[in-house]
Amino acid sequence: MALLQIAEPGQSAAPHERKLAVGIDLGTTNSLAATVRSGEAQTLPDEQGRHLLPSVVHYGRESAPEVGGDALVRAAEDPYNTIISVKRLMGRGVEDVLSFGDELPYHFVPGDGGMPYIETAAGPRSPVQVSAEILRTLRQRAETSLDGELTGAVITVPAYFDDAQRQATKDAARLAGLKVLRLLNEPTAAAVAYGLDEGEEGVIAVYDLGGGTFDISVLRLNKGVFEVLATGGDSALGGDDLDYALARWMLEQSGIELTPDAQQARYLTTLARSVKEQLTDQTSVQVDLEVAGQSVSVTVSRDQFDAVVEPLVKKTLRACRRALRDAGVDTDEVRDVVMVGGSTRVPLVRTRVGELFGREPHIDIDPDRVVAIGAAIQADVLAGNKPDSDLLLLDVIPLSLGLETMGGLVEKVIHRNTAIPVGRAQEFTTYQDGQTAMAIHVVQGERELVSDCRSLARFVLRGIPPMAAGAAKIRVTFQVDADGLLSVAAQELSTGVESSIQVKPSYGLSDDEITSMLKDSFSHAEEDLVARALREQQVEAERLVSALEAAIAQDGELLENAERAELEHEMAYLRELARGADAAAIEAGVEALAKLSDSFAARRMDKGIQRALQGHRIDELDKESE
Amino acid sequence: MDMSRNYFELLGLEPGYDVDLALLSERYRALQKEWHPDRFAHRSDRERRMAVQYTAHLNEALATLKSPLRRAQYLLLLAGRDTHGESSGQLDPMFLMEQMELRERLAEVGDASDPDAELDALAEQAQASMRTLQHEFVSLYAQSDLDAAEAVVRKMQFMTKLISEIEAAEDRLADY
Repeated sequence: MALLQIAEPGQSAAPHERKLAVGIDLGTTNSLAATVRSGEAQTLPDEQGRHLLPSVVHYGRESAPEVGGDALVRAAEDPYNTIISVKRLMGRGVEDVLSFGDELPYHFVPGDGGMPYIETAAGPRSPVQVSAEILRTLRQRAETSLDGELTGAVITVPAYFDDAQRQATKDAARLAGLKVLRLLNEPTAAAVAYGLDEGEEGVIAVYDLGGGTFDISVLRLNKGVFEVLATGGDSALGGDDLDYALARWMLEQSGIELTPDAQQARYLTTLARSVKEQLTDQTSVQVDLEVAGQSVSVTVSRDQFDAVVEPLVKKTLRACRRALRDAGVDTDEVRDVVMVGGSTRVPLVRTRVGELFGREPHIDIDPDRVVAIGAAIQADVLAGNKPDSDLLLLDVIPLSLGLETMGGLVEKVIHRNTAIPVGRAQEFTTYQDGQTAMAIHVVQGERELVSDCRSLARFVLRGIPPMAAGAAKIRVTFQVDADGLLSVAAQELSTGVESSIQVKPSYGLSDDEITSMLKDSFSHAEEDLVARALREQQVEAERLVSALEAAIAQDGELLENAERAELEHEMAYLRELARGADAAAIEAGVEALAKLSDSFAARRMDKGIQRALQGHRIDELDKESE
Repeated sequence: MDMSRNYFELLGLEPGYDVDLALLSERYRALQKEWHPDRFAHRSDRERRMAVQYTAHLNEALATLKSPLRRAQYLLLLAGRDTHGESSGQLDPMFLMEQMELRERLAEVGDASDPDAELDALAEQAQASMRTLQHEFVSLYAQSDLDAAEAVVRKMQFMTKLISEIEAAEDRLADY
């Protein structure tokens, strides 16, 4: 039996019924889903008992796409139609993707807005669609094993992901039919997984060396609140780079004179990876290099391997020091060091990280699963299953956001490691007499030149009245939400002329594209879509009404009698509407009730200040209101 | 929420330059627990939007009161003096000399025999100057000598900029 009877939305779910929510780690190499059951977070296996889902999608000409292990076995025979490591393509433009070079065998075609589409037997596919296949597979796995429809999911992203990469991830979730409760940074998720009981306090460093990226985050934990103080890293440094370095060294040692082609390079890297993995437990490994018609035996000792990868490990340590400096924390203040990502199994990595922080890093949770587990814990809280939980995750923006100014320079509006959500405004002026329009170019990155930063979006503010150069005042406002997603608005102050956009990244999908892809993804498109829209509105109506009931029960004294009567009347009316089948009418009802309850909501939030500061300066005030 | 309430009132702190940073953090976390959008994950969209606005305001308050420069600027702003824009006032020549000397050293840091040590020395000197300026600000502000306090804030702006340039140089040296 399903735990949540969404089919009968008129009835509110009994309070003891748990909402089904999952945490999803959408990884470069593997992905997985986890959920909280009987108070414990567990990763979810497929029917064959496998927890990790290889992040691989195979597209056939006629059949439905295959995902995971089944797709992986196709990689060798059908490389062009088997998409691996799609995460590296998320939020990237055609130019970026081509610069990855020979490692990717795919044929790319530019889509609208410069997003690269991959030519497959099933037609062109965007990285967002490929990721959506992976997410859809995990959603189905979760719904089968939990026997019910999911309320929502927390999806993890590297802390160092920029706005375009985050937006692409969220779009993929939408395509997969998942409600995103939150995009959560992977290191933050790992910190949560380590429990670090709600009573504990102190500074935690999370060192996350994945297949393709490196992240370091410094957090302060205080009574259930995880406050990210700083984050840093390198989105192009990962375990793969250790493999490349070792592969080059082994080839050199073998004495084989060779500039490897793509296939030979893949062979050498795969061999190197296996040597690296064996060196975790062994002190020396012997391998046969069989390449270009020659066969040479090479021995690699742990010491030799360490010497080869030391420069890369050092690079990660520099990023750690910078993050500590940004956080305003000394190494000896760090109480716990958490290791995430398969590459942290390399002994040298553990040793060096241990030396830097002066303590043994935590390695007790499987580094491949720790992120999904942390995400599941937060998903459980966000779905409303633990109303008394103190767990709260406060994140920062990983890379500075700015605007292009004259001469191709960047004016930073929000600096990296600023706590989110954040809103900030900056004023600019015109530089020509009679200028009536201004181009706004939003960029992300730390460098001074626009050309060295990532271009996020461009738009034009028109209708500025003609004035002398420097007389117009244009205020540009940046707003970043809790997921780290940006929206930008521009306004000319003397006339009030306004223009704003939800930053749809330069390489993103438009809302129309997503809607049409969503339509395509339903087999009985029209019917399903209508049924789905109705169900969504019914759920939304129920959510609003029950939230209001709870609010009135808790803070009813903030309402005048007449207000309360009116609210309750509207609530009953909306419940009635929701029993019907008119999605548009329900939507309008939700909107009307939400509007009516606005000022009550605001009063409740203000009451929050008093609660928060209770026992301090305004406790007398608080007593009066009781 | 009354967005016009000043940051000190918002966080329940005595207005002034000497802020108890531990108490500031504690109040900040308490308010985040009430207002963070995640607390409204299963409420209406409007409430979530409101929560985003509230917490953005709160984050701005924290960032302002935590930063030695921005806290001073904010106190002056409350006293009716906006020091965010460009100013035409004169800075004292001694200070400018010191700035020029520090900046020259920073520009030539790559030529030093031990660039890391030279950067550390520069950073230390800049931090020491910043501490001196903070002390000066506290006493001028207490005496309500706002003209002089404003001049000190402008020096702090220079010094803060220099410190961030030193940090950028450290990043470059570390090959970012």
